[in-house]
Amino acid sequence: MGILEVKNVGKRFGGLQALGDVNLSVAENTVHAIIGPNGAGKSTLLNVLVGKLIPDTGSVMFDGKSVLGRKPYEINQMGISRVFQTPEIFGDLSVLENMLIPCFAKRDGAFTPNAFIDMFRDREIVERAEQMLEEMNMADARNDNAATMSRGNKRRLEIGMCLAQEPRLLLLDEPTAGMARADTNNTIDLLKQIKDERDITIAIIEHDMHVVFSLAERITVLAQGTPLVEDTPDKIKGHPKVREAYLGESQDAA
Amino acid sequence: MFGLDKKHTNLLLLVAALTMLAPFILNPFPEGSGMAQFNAGYPDLMQRFVIFGIFAIGFNILFGLTGYLSFGHAAFLGVGSYAAMWMMKLLTMNVIPAIAVSIVVAGLFSLLVGWISLRRSGIYFSILTLAFAQMSYALAYSVLTPITGGETGLQPKLQDPRILDGALEAGASPRANLFGLEMTSSFEWSVGSWLFTFNVGYYVAAVAMLLSFYMAIRIFNSPFGMMLRAIKSNQQRMNYTGLNSKPYTLAAFVVSGMYAGLAGGLMVAMDTQVGAERMFWTASGEVVLMTILGGAGTLIGPVLGAGMIKYMENIMSKINETILHQWFAFLPDGIENLLVAMVYPFIGKGWHLTLGLIFMLVVIFLPGGLVEGGQRIARLFKRKKPSSDTPDGKTTPAE
Repeated sequence: MGILEVKNVGKRFGGLQALGDVNLSVAENTVHAIIGPNGAGKSTLLNVLVGKLIPDTGSVMFDGKSVLGRKPYEINQMGISRVFQTPEIFGDLSVLENMLIPCFAKRDGAFTPNAFIDMFRDREIVERAEQMLEEMNMADARNDNAATMSRGNKRRLEIGMCLAQEPRLLLLDEPTAGMARADTNNTIDLLKQIKDERDITIAIIEHDMHVVFSLAERITVLAQGTPLVEDTPDKIKGHPKVREAYLGESQDAA
Repeated sequence: MFGLDKKHTNLLLLVAALTMLAPFILNPFPEGSGMAQFNAGYPDLMQRFVIFGIFAIGFNILFGLTGYLSFGHAAFLGVGSYAAMWMMKLLTMNVIPAIAVSIVVAGLFSLLVGWISLRRSGIYFSILTLAFAQMSYALAYSVLTPITGGETGLQPKLQDPRILDGALEAGASPRANLFGLEMTSSFEWSVGSWLFTFNVGYYVAAVAMLLSFYMAIRIFNSPFGMMLRAIKSNQQRMNYTGLNSKPYTLAAFVVSGMYAGLAGGLMVAMDTQVGAERMFWTASGEVVLMTILGGAGTLIGPVLGAGMIKYMENIMSKINETILHQWFAFLPDGIENLLVAMVYPFIGKGWHLTLGLIFMLVVIFLPGGLVEGGQRIARLFKRKKPSSDTPDGKTTPAE
């Protein structure tokens, strides 16, 4: 029984069957990659997992509890954190404030109107946030405006913000999309480090095969809304069905 | 001090000093001199400064922090005014219960309006709040006449029950007071040719504004305030960080509605009358202008913006053609008439034109409002000193 169990999930947008009949099991403390050509349903699947979309059929269980029908913030509080394709951070706030927010969310829950304490005097939270910045090698940038950072650093901050919540499952949506090679490699190293140092399950959606094969322990290949194969990276590499899905047989190359 | 850091304590003390000494500061010109018309140190205008300051501080908690632009905040001001007036009619002419009830009633009304309007964001939210405010205005003007007095509005009447107050003597009129101290009473102090007026009502309103300002600082520096800024910055990330943005925005909406109610209650306490026009959409628009002009999202900005608009409304509009002719009298007649003709559209009833131009200039060149202007000037002076550090070019909005 994996920490995340997706069973018979289907989702239709009008005439388009985005997800056919998806079954997926992500084992605890592994890195599981979901790959597939454009339009395979990767993003739809991810949006189902985080509560942004509700599937037409099937079930999604996280740690034995259904996530279906829950709001994104409720699913996050269950222990699923999401990293977006374009880094989603609080651009108007300082780096330290960016890190304070998930720390407050972790300790105080979804809504606590604590209007009369000074946030920087909450030692417990500030220390936790500074420690997270330290771990992300961002302590020097703590007073910078988050919007002014490079894309790689924004990604690093976003991942740090997710980790500050101590999630059990970290979902990454093309974490290196649009990044320069150096930033991509830094992100891979960071994710490797996270995987080695923490008890955390990582599910990653990615186009870049270099990233996938550097990180993943299991790979699910999705094509036209259904899982094609699921196996270890070595087996996936030479799998004929995967080649077919990516390159096409007789149709135009996608 | 007061649980604030040094920077904010200084800011609070500065504002406290300015409001307490306002009768001096706003009256820099001697009576009878040509410049006396620019004196703003008379009770009626000073009261408006602080009351609209409160209104704008509250509006800024919603708009400046969360970015939700309400176009209907005058409704809460009006509801607060009506509530305060009814306390004066039914209970007592003492302003304390009137003000307290105005805050509570405006808070409850904003809870209802916010709960519905906050289902949408952006322009749809603005339109919903505008619709609510215009509905309130229309209701107050027509259907609810038994409660609101309709066109004529409400004033305390001699025959009102006022169960806590004793019966008034024949011929006496009910006056708003604070435990017997009448709001309209003033102490005048003349020094040389200067005349300074210390008005009870002004000081009551000024203390209310200082408390409001202090609360706003606490909110700005609290985790709650940071969450509100996070909503403005990236609501998506907020929701995916396990935070429910809805109750946060609703809380901000209600808090700013309560500030508006307090302002409405104080208006009634100062000048015991209320009419539906207080809820008209132009009144809602005015507080938006004040906040943006001063600097949305800054602490002191809304107060500055409110002061500037109220000053122009009351002082610029008083300048008429005759005064212009006096100013330019030293010039030859032809040039004098030409200059008067050129300046005339911008003064008197044309003060809106001047305000509009200033507003456009601020929005285009100083998006951070008057506060940003002040910061730029301060930086200019800092740069001149060779010893000081080079400015980092970063604007800190929480001034």
